[in-house]
Amino acid sequence: MTPSAPHALRADALTLAYDGRRVIEGLDLEIPDGRITAVVGPNASGKSTLLRGLARLMRPESGRVTLDDRDIRSFAPKEFARRVAVLPQQPVAPDGVLVAELVSRGRHPHRGWFGGRSSDDDRIVAEVLEATGTAGLAGRAVSELSGGQRQRVWIAMALAQRADIVLLDEPTSFLDVSHQLELLDLLTESNREHGTTVVMVLHELNLAARYADHLVVVDGGRIVAAGEPAAVMTAETVGAAFGLDCVVTPDPVAGSPMIVPIGRFHRG
Amino acid sequence: MSAAPVVVPAGPGEPVHVLSVRVAAARSRRHRRAATVVAVASLFALAAATASLLLGAAGLGVGDVLGVLVGQGSPKAEFVIMRLRLPRVLAAILAGTGLGLGGALFQTTLRNPLASPDILGVTGGASLAAVGSMLLLGLEGPAVSLAAFAGALVVAALMWGLAWRDGLTGIRFVLVGIGLASIVAGLLGWLITRAEVREASEALVWMVGGIAGIGWPELATAGVALVVLLGLTVAFSPRMPLLALSDDSARSLGLDSTRARATAIVLGVGLVAVATALAGPIAFVALVAAPIARALVGHGQAALAASAVVGAAIVLVADLVAQHAFTGFAVPVGIVTGLIGAPYLLWLIARGNRRGSDG
Repeated sequence: MTPSAPHALRADALTLAYDGRRVIEGLDLEIPDGRITAVVGPNASGKSTLLRGLARLMRPESGRVTLDDRDIRSFAPKEFARRVAVLPQQPVAPDGVLVAELVSRGRHPHRGWFGGRSSDDDRIVAEVLEATGTAGLAGRAVSELSGGQRQRVWIAMALAQRADIVLLDEPTSFLDVSHQLELLDLLTESNREHGTTVVMVLHELNLAARYADHLVVVDGGRIVAAGEPAAVMTAETVGAAFGLDCVVTPDPVAGSPMIVPIGRFHRG
Repeated sequence: MSAAPVVVPAGPGEPVHVLSVRVAAARSRRHRRAATVVAVASLFALAAATASLLLGAAGLGVGDVLGVLVGQGSPKAEFVIMRLRLPRVLAAILAGTGLGLGGALFQTTLRNPLASPDILGVTGGASLAAVGSMLLLGLEGPAVSLAAFAGALVVAALMWGLAWRDGLTGIRFVLVGIGLASIVAGLLGWLITRAEVREASEALVWMVGGIAGIGWPELATAGVALVVLLGLTVAFSPRMPLLALSDDSARSLGLDSTRARATAIVLGVGLVAVATALAGPIAFVALVAAPIARALVGHGQAALAASAVVGAAIVLVADLVAQHAFTGFAVPVGIVTGLIGAPYLLWLIARGNRRGSDG
């Protein structure tokens, strides 16, 4: 496997809006290459919208997103998809589609106009099935799978794109704790082995602090803090962004900052 | 029918090259199954076409029919086959292919089994324009077909214009289409009530769809148009599996989903407009052909080729029934497909409601 080429994904004065309602305003952001970035923030903070903007799923109202100093809108769709893979929130598979078929669709950006597949396609699909632990499910219908299995299959599809940057919108939502960890381990493995740049929106702050090299806290459509988890995840930042009184203490397993919420009945 | 597992679960740590062979095997099995469905449905259609050529009041035998086909028939057999029965069979094939494939393109692209051109008023637009051109403008012959073609395009364009809002979302398109279908049906009823009885009975074929009395020039025109559209659909078809995913998924895989969806809809409208201009709005063929094809091929696939062949087979079989099942009189083929299709539509709606989803 060739290690990924260095890439610079960044947003400059990015403003994103739905029907004229601004969700992200004048945001600047640089995604560290070859690292894992987690985007966190309270509900309706604009974190998913930000990811959609980076993923070219939304046209900016103003400002721009660039990949290697080139506006991402100037890439041809397949050209962009070969560099950046995106896993949208709660994707839906058509009834009855098989795991192997769905994952094979990840190879689309590498195919020609008439959809001819190369001999590499089957090998790469097999590799990502193996890597995501879904090889045994290859012949099953996606709709028959459990939530955790299904999410791994979607990740396999995104990995089959063999893009250097992978963007994921809440990949762990609706998964129980053990499946959340399994999934984040899987992304970490892809990052460590292939140098894949991972950017994910996460709900669970402690997991974000543990798995991310770089943490971006979004609130009200702006970045309120960004940097290493140890520097960013302070009681002040969490209090300001999430309106949550908490104590931050080192995670006994990973040493990363761990948030312990206080609540109304346990104030000292 | 649920998809049978076609790959034996692999053991942990199975070598990737072995696994990739399994992936290829799973895919080729799906392809083989699709090819088998197309072959079987074609044989079925061929049998129905043969029966259609042989059966009838003229009392022709196999020898007579073969004689005509190789240019050695008696004048009477020549007339019956070349003027009456063969054009009818060919019309059934062309109309069924156009409707079946058009329906598959619509349903897959809009991700909704109800979203077929006959439910969304596209074929209704063809009816309205054809009947209007006959009753209000006094047109006849090819001019009426041309009006039908234009009518389908106009309804589709209206639907597009009304549903467009920063892109095209499936459910909005479907709701606008159902609204337009009601308006079209209302206008059609108004036209018929103010027409005389004789005119109204002539207009009937444009309301229910029929394939009697179609001449060679119309067949040739429709045939050429259909072949062109089939070619374009084949070229487009690699995009269909992505269009069946969500817009965001399709886009993140490098498909310009708005443009691809627009292309699929335009092709679907073209196919349905050609079929309807030839044979009128043969009811429910566009709605049922693709789901039958998908069930046979295995779900999760657009099953375009199978939908086209199943569409042709449905019209051929329905026409056999229409001509020979009712003693003493023949009915337009659209009445028979309507009798088959209406219960399916009810079932589809009832099932959708029970599951609390659109499909």
